[in-house]
Amino acid sequence: MKELSLNILDIAKNSVTAGATLVEITVTETPARLTITVSDNGCGMTPEFVARVTDPFTTTRTTRKVGLGIPLLQMEAQMAGGDLSIESEVGKGTTTSAWFDPGHIDMPPLGDLNSSILTLIQGSPDIDFLFTHSIGERSYTLDTREIREIMGDISLAEPEILAWLGDYISENESSITNPT
Amino acid sequence: MKSLEELKALREQMQSKMNVRKDDNETIRVVVGMATCGIAAGARPVLNAFMEEVNKRGLKNVQVTQTGCIGVCRLEPIVEVFVPGQEKVTYVKMNAEKVPAIVAQHIVNKQVVTDYTIGAAE
Ligand SMILES: Nc1ncnc2c1ncn2[C@@H]1O[C@H](COP(=O)(O)OP(=O)(O)OP(=O)(O)O)[C@@H](O)[C@H]1O
Ligand code: FES
Ligand SMILES: [Mg+2]
Repeated sequence: MKELSLNILDIAKNSVTAGATLVEITVTETPARLTITVSDNGCGMTPEFVARVTDPFTTTRTTRKVGLGIPLLQMEAQMAGGDLSIESEVGKGTTTSAWFDPGHIDMPPLGDLNSSILTLIQGSPDIDFLFTHSIGERSYTLDTREIREIMGDISLAEPEILAWLGDYISENESSITNPT
Repeated sequence: MKSLEELKALREQMQSKMNVRKDDNETIRVVVGMATCGIAAGARPVLNAFMEEVNKRGLKNVQVTQTGCIGVCRLEPIVEVFVPGQEKVTYVKMNAEKVPAIVAQHIVNKQVVTDYTIGAAE
């Protein structure tokens, strides 16, 4: 993938496929480590299955034998001084974490997080997303449950709402990247 | 800084025009393949470009949606367009630059952009 935000989009889509109603996405940056965590309350996996998903010859999908998303992120993390781990419980949910050494020469760029979050909301407007991005001490959160409470039965995929969310995210992104 | 208060005003504004949507049997659907290989090949900017173009033109009868694997990795990003009463059209090796032509010619004027279809690529 060109940027980590695309991996985040891809891994969060696994949670959507797993039937989650709440997907928590956390990006935590410190000088020594960048960590991405995607946590869901979807169907979960058995321990045996978790052991196999990092093997690129596993997938439950029928159209193609190879699941790509997790092995790809794991490979990228390992190439940049980190790794990937999955904690999962059937019927409870899954937490997938990947971490990186931001100073590593093969550290991929984080890229356009805003676009990935909007793409997730547009694709699954009935699922809730809790997105947190922190850089050192500074952080912000977007919780679609709060948005939904205000908007009532209006779909979060409406262009006006997506536009507002996009502005909200970019304002908050710049406030944590370039504090005044 | 944007506050959630602003959303309340947005809601009032939207509620007053929610009923102008057309009914389902007139809806044109644009479906973007967003499995891992689609995303890696550039599906995200393609999806965004469709939403932007549809929005800019105020096309209320077009629905842009996402799906998983469409099945032909080497032709990703893939987009399927469903115009009611017509056969599905599959566009392949998509990028954001191709989107305005598809919206203008196919979605608005009902003329398939043959050069970008799976038929032309095969
Ligand atoms: N959050 C999750 N909850 C439940 N099962 C999961 C979750 N994430 C992954 N899986 C399981 O692991 C498999 C492999 O995931 P992976 O993302 O590597 O490939 P894929 O989603 O099947 O296909 P691709 O990502 O290539 O489009 C999935 O098919 C699914 O069965
Ligand atoms: S995995 Fe490539 S088209 Fe589906
Ligand atoms: Mg996947």
